[in-house]
Amino acid sequence: MTFTAHINVMPLKELLDPQGKAVMSGLKNLGISNVHDVRIGKHITLQIDAATKEEAKQLAENACQKLLANQVMESFEVNIQ
Amino acid sequence: MKFGVVTFPGSNCDHDMIDSLRKDLGQEVIELWHKDKDLSMFSKEDCIVIPGGFSYGDYLRCGAIARFSPMMQSVIEFANKGGRVIGVCNGFQILCEAGLLPGALLRNANQQFVCKNIFLKSENTAASITKDVTGRPLMIPVAHGEGRYYADDATLEQLFANNQVLFRYCDEFGNIVDTANPNGAIRNIAGICNKERNVFGMMPHPERATSNVLGNTDGQLIFQSLINNN
Repeated sequence: MTFTAHINVMPLKELLDPQGKAVMSGLKNLGISNVHDVRIGKHITLQIDAATKEEAKQLAENACQKLLANQVMESFEVNIQ
Repeated sequence: MKFGVVTFPGSNCDHDMIDSLRKDLGQEVIELWHKDKDLSMFSKEDCIVIPGGFSYGDYLRCGAIARFSPMMQSVIEFANKGGRVIGVCNGFQILCEAGLLPGALLRNANQQFVCKNIFLKSENTAASITKDVTGRPLMIPVAHGEGRYYADDATLEQLFANNQVLFRYCDEFGNIVDTANPNGAIRNIAGICNKERNVFGMMPHPERATSNVLGNTDGQLIFQSLINNN
């Protein structure tokens, strides 16, 4: 079966995200107020051939740990569909 | 001793490095291509250089893809056997991504690509690259958008306890102050080495400061220390 892994990679909460900060000031300039924090990460999708959903999840998590996220500075979450 | 300088797709400081080592420091340099693997002509006292640039277009993260190149597999093996490796700028990022150095380089805190001269203070004389770098702070250029060194508290504690911090950003008098920090690096860290002191990484570009014509030869002191203490 083919599964789709939806992966979100985000900068760790305790780290400053300059990209998010720059975008937040852009939103303010547009008059979109009430936004008090912007953080920017990556969304990655993988098409995975696997026997079960669990196997697909394991495979995606392994990919995240080894390459897709750098856990010194990023966290990740995996959703399989 | 001799140097080997690796070129990846997207490297753009490789020829500055080769020129500096050959012409300004009079060293033998072998040019290495990312698709090759052979490092048999190098021995432990030699030094492989991973230069600056934007290897593999900085895809995914700076340095994340370069570590899979055939040449990097040989460089990792060379380093694990005790051979000396130095990464400058993107080279530093690659060495962190390859797991040869602890920590990571994040986007500059000030939201800017920083390209200017900064001052560096060598932290200790334990490593061959800093052994002869004592006295006044060195003026060396930086040019990066992702140079904010970061490591968690436990790693930082170890880095300082083991004398693995090589260089810190300082003002022209050698004071380690926030205003002298070009990128928000934690504790003003500009360069580090591994525990075994054979793998070095630094954001500033010493190869851009080795020629009288360019008006600054402070970078020579760093390379000369590496050469003298093999």
